[in-house]
Amino acid sequence: MQFMLLFSRQGKLRLQKWYVPLSDKEKKKITRELVQTVLARKPKMCSFLEWRDLKIVYKRYASLYFCCAIEDQDNELITLEIIHRYVELLDKYFGSVCELDIIFNFEKAYFILDEFLLGGEVQETSKKNVLKAIEQADLLQEKLDSLL
Amino acid sequence: MALKMVKGSIDRMFDKNLQDLVRGIRNHKEDEAKYISQCIDEIKQELKQDNIAVKSNAVCKLTYLQMLGYDISWAAFNIIEVMSASKFTFKRIGYLAASQCFHEGTDVIMLTTNQIRKDLSSPNQYDTGVALTGLSCFVTPDLARDLANDIMTLMSHTKPYIRKKAVLIMYKVFLKYPESLRPAFPRLKEKLEDPDPGVQSAAVNVICELARRNPKNYLSLAPLFFKLMTSSTNNWVLIKIIKLFGALTPLEPRLGKKLIEPLTNLIHSTSAMSLLYECVNTVIAVLISLSSGMPNHSASIQLCVQKLRILIEDSDQNLKYLGLLAMSKILKTHPKSVQSHKDLILQCLDDKDESIRLRALDLLYGMVSKKNLMEIVKKLMIHVDKAEGTTYRDELLTKIIDICSQSNYQYITNFEWYISILVELTRLEGTRHGHLIAAQMLDVAIRVKAIRKFAVSQMAMLLDNAHLIASNTQRNGICEVLYAAAWICGEFSEHLEEANQTLEAMLRPKVTTLPGHIQAVYVQNMVKLYASILQQKEQAGEKEAAQEITQLMIERLPQFVQSADLEVQERASCILQLIKYIQKLQIKEVPVAEEVIALFAGELNPVAPKAQKKVPVPEGLDLDAWINEPPSDSESEDEKPKTIFHDEEQRHSRHRQPEIDEEELARRREARKQEQANNPFYIKSSPSPQKRYQDTPGVEHIPVVQIDLSVPLKVPGMPMSDQYVKLEEERRHKQKLEKDKKKKKQKKEKRGKHHRHNSLHTESEEDITPAHHVDIITEEMPENALPSDEDDKDPNDPYKALDIDLDKPLADSEKLPVQRHRNAETLKSPDSEAPPVEKSKKPKKKEKKHREKERDKGKKKEKEKKVVEEKEEKKGEDLDFWLSTDPPPVSTTQPQSGPEVSAAVVAEPEEVKKEEREEQQEEDEGKKSSKHKKKKHKKEKEEKSKDKKKSKKKHHSEEEATESVQNGTLDDEPLPPMSSYRLLAENPYIKMTYDIQGNLQNDSQVTVSVIFENKSTSFLKSMELNVLDSLNTKMLRPEGSSVHDGIPVPFQLPPGISNEAQFVFTLQSIVMAQKLKGTLSFIVKNDEGSTHEKLDFKLHFSCASYLITTPCYSDAFAKLLESGDLHMSSIKVDGISISFQHLLAKICFHHHFSVVERVDSCASMYSRSIQGHHVCLLVKKGENSVSIDGKCSDSTLLSNLLDEMKETLSKC
Repeated sequence: MQFMLLFSRQGKLRLQKWYVPLSDKEKKKITRELVQTVLARKPKMCSFLEWRDLKIVYKRYASLYFCCAIEDQDNELITLEIIHRYVELLDKYFGSVCELDIIFNFEKAYFILDEFLLGGEVQETSKKNVLKAIEQADLLQEKLDSLL
Repeated sequence: MALKMVKGSIDRMFDKNLQDLVRGIRNHKEDEAKYISQCIDEIKQELKQDNIAVKSNAVCKLTYLQMLGYDISWAAFNIIEVMSASKFTFKRIGYLAASQCFHEGTDVIMLTTNQIRKDLSSPNQYDTGVALTGLSCFVTPDLARDLANDIMTLMSHTKPYIRKKAVLIMYKVFLKYPESLRPAFPRLKEKLEDPDPGVQSAAVNVICELARRNPKNYLSLAPLFFKLMTSSTNNWVLIKIIKLFGALTPLEPRLGKKLIEPLTNLIHSTSAMSLLYECVNTVIAVLISLSSGMPNHSASIQLCVQKLRILIEDSDQNLKYLGLLAMSKILKTHPKSVQSHKDLILQCLDDKDESIRLRALDLLYGMVSKKNLMEIVKKLMIHVDKAEGTTYRDELLTKIIDICSQSNYQYITNFEWYISILVELTRLEGTRHGHLIAAQMLDVAIRVKAIRKFAVSQMAMLLDNAHLIASNTQRNGICEVLYAAAWICGEFSEHLEEANQTLEAMLRPKVTTLPGHIQAVYVQNMVKLYASILQQKEQAGEKEAAQEITQLMIERLPQFVQSADLEVQERASCILQLIKYIQKLQIKEVPVAEEVIALFAGELNPVAPKAQKKVPVPEGLDLDAWINEPPSDSESEDEKPKTIFHDEEQRHSRHRQPEIDEEELARRREARKQEQANNPFYIKSSPSPQKRYQDTPGVEHIPVVQIDLSVPLKVPGMPMSDQYVKLEEERRHKQKLEKDKKKKKQKKEKRGKHHRHNSLHTESEEDITPAHHVDIITEEMPENALPSDEDDKDPNDPYKALDIDLDKPLADSEKLPVQRHRNAETLKSPDSEAPPVEKSKKPKKKEKKHREKERDKGKKKEKEKKVVEEKEEKKGEDLDFWLSTDPPPVSTTQPQSGPEVSAAVVAEPEEVKKEEREEQQEEDEGKKSSKHKKKKHKKEKEEKSKDKKKSKKKHHSEEEATESVQNGTLDDEPLPPMSSYRLLAENPYIKMTYDIQGNLQNDSQVTVSVIFENKSTSFLKSMELNVLDSLNTKMLRPEGSSVHDGIPVPFQLPPGISNEAQFVFTLQSIVMAQKLKGTLSFIVKNDEGSTHEKLDFKLHFSCASYLITTPCYSDAFAKLLESGDLHMSSIKVDGISISFQHLLAKICFHHHFSVVERVDSCASMYSRSIQGHHVCLLVKKGENSVSIDGKCSDSTLLSNLLDEMKETLSKC
């Protein structure tokens, strides 16, 4: 996977994770272009589109669009599953997640993503393990915080 | 301190936290930008405080702002501060911020190396984890090189949590630092069988990604992956493995055969669509790579097509889309299987989803045949009519043209029909593909002679109705077809029935509103028309009519003479004068038609698009050489030529020419054009070669014009292509009946007549004979055209660097760099001989030990080399064996996981590996010898391995013995540290030291390691090292670069930092020392700005640098001396004050020798050159002198070596 973007129906970026090194300018350009293209698509359309030499896989959950860029040979369906799995993880962690959760706890959303994917590859396929790792890291953080 | 803490926490209470910031931004929707800039100011204040909690909070907020699109690169240093906080809470934030905003251009990134290394080795697994995660986002080549070894160690961490992260990040490291792949690969492979499924799947992921880019290096892993595939139940992992096999099978078709069965089983059994889809895709890939005639071949294809049909019929748009996508892959090799689903695919054209319709269109492209082309195009035309949205309709239009014109119009049986289709397409409102239609019209009219009459009549009609097409001209792309129409009518005017009428149409005032390039074509072609009318009238003796037409031209042409377009104006005024002259002649009753028509005599043939490229350069012609030396321009000669220009031309060594001015360039361009025009290869010589079009308008000159037309166009009186469909059906029916009667003989005749170039004979289809006697003129190619088409590979492909043979044994030079020299810098040595900056300064004892190890390895390497050579031969066979038998002997490739493996030193697993390899090889041999012997062989093997262990032990003890001999005395007094790094050059900015090592694997290569030390307070970047190659010694440059190109140094240097880079040189002869001149160029960047600097140096390749320390046993040494093949020479050096062992150590270290034996003050030494010369020394120490007798297989080498030694020793 090359990158993952989360954005709202209004086109506001909520989360971005880049697994390929790009300049900020290029990132912004890509983001703008993709947000526009994806938002312009009709609801009944399929979740895939070809864009430059990449494939874009996106899915809408409530008011949020989850959008991934994969390479030509990658499997679109498994990418959809990755998106779904990530949503499930967010859901479990926040308890029926909503857009506001991600806005206000955006760093947590990143942490969860980082435990699930690393360098664009699935790191942990077990939901339980991902959440366990996050919980323990949080615990460690709290312990330290309480020491202060 | 306590007060500070309290103060800090009070500060924090007043700070905005992230939640406040987010809330604030949401509450300031009106003046968001202003609010945020206010927040950034606050953050800047917070970052100035000492309290890390405040800083971390600030960085967290910045990370949020970065997502909103604000630049936070200015805070990079603060981010590093937060990263290096000891508390996990802050560290986590720091790394998150870094992973979001650091990239390769971030200057401060190199400051993180040590921090990251510290975090990687933290006892807390979450510290390590967070560092790994962060690193995966911003790893640079420098970081990759410096941390590769640390990460590799983590691959064997006790916690699977760390292992899996380390394994995954290795892929990023490989991409940035390809040299790490070979040393790390054995361990990576091991992880395929990690007890933890997460780690295992991570390893599968990484190897699959690697293998997808360069599959051939991973073929040997096929058995292991096959086992994993048949045993794994994890769909995520399965998909990756199956994808990997998809990449491998094209290289090894037998693998495909083996795969078909398990894959089809999976297709039948799985309920996961993603897995099913992957399987189908891979089966397709496998079947494509397999030669036909395989059993079950068609069954598998049928299975795939069936499954895909189910996907396409599914209500889920995603599945429909992917089904069509996969179907198109099958189409390429098995068009028949797909064609039977034509109905389904045509249905998809009605789908709501445009992307699905486009997919279906793609499929249709491959599905057409002579039989169904008209039908399919008819359906598409209907869709064109009802399509909403110009994009999709334009897509349809291009697809129709693509479908019809594919493979040189292979499927078109009736070109009248096609012309009608094209004419119908001109009715499209607002298409931007007018030029496409025009190009097709031109192409067909030129290349299909039989259609010209019909085409001309259609085009004349278009010209007549130009007002419909050309309304709203400027934005109307469709008016491009008028370009084609005008040209066709003019060029083939002999076919025109109502030429007068057409000429009239072309002279209408409305024409002047057309774009300039079209008007130009109009003007040119109306003369052609005029000429043919003139001829016609003259022949018929209608003088008055002829004069009338001349008069018409003279009356109407001035409107073009006034054109604002230069081309139009020029042509029109020229032609106007010509016609006025003709009028004069006409008045004198001189017949002129013949001469006028001669202006346009000769026939145009199409030229192949690549024709120009293919013209071979005649022997002896140097295109770069000057034909005439240009006159020297005194004023511009002093000017230094622009570097860009010269770089491009690659000529700087040969000529230094003043810049050529624009005029000169234009003149030459013109001359070249002239030459091309006169080139017989360019346009086929016509009957009258002196009269030729010099400026034929080509399709490529037609610019694309954006248009948007609101009123639909109807061109009256045009034929409907539908009629042809009906006619064609009738014709075919008739033909069939006839054929049934007359049978084969006639068929043959017909086929002979209807011969077409380039068309493939596909059975039954060929039965449909074209309606016209169609001859497609093939595009012309120059004589002696070069047949090859270089397929240019992208040199910038990041994965190309990872195309590395993984089966070769590891060389010393390939070890991952363990951070040494930077740390060693603090150890200043008292030795005056050593340069101030040294890398491997170590107490002698260590050095010695290290060398022992090295030597040890050297020995092993030789053994290993042999083993591997054999193994390499067998590698293919092993795979053969696996591919030909069931079940696979996977066990042979299982790496042994012992306790040693987790050791951090690279050398050790290598050792284990080597042993394994030998065993494995034996096992393989066993397998190959017949199965009956298996048991017996096992015993043998056991014995053998025991033997080997014994012999190994023996070696060790022997070595220990020699070691003790040496160490016995050496230990007495410590030796001063030595460095093999010599000064290369230095200036106030930079200092370079270098060392040269022979390459074990290549007898004509040495590696030069250069340490660059930044001595200034500025930043050094864009360093590039270049040398002037000699005949004998050349720097190895990346493929495609010239001998004048430098090699970029792969890092930048901040103040006070040093780093090492390696350059490989190839040599022919090594018997003499060499010196190469070179230059290092670099950019110095500081606050004042940046300057370009250069530093010249001389690289000295001593003969000693071609020697490789090679151990030798005394008996072998004696034999060597006895053999008598060696030349002898000796030297004596006086005034030696240092101790004997010190002296020996110097010879060992600087000249790469090893001590064979030592008795008192006498020692024998040995070394070998990279090209296999033996060098033996006998060193004797007298009172104050040393004498060295040398024997070597090459006398020149020996005398040079001794000279060098003399120099070293005389310094003692």
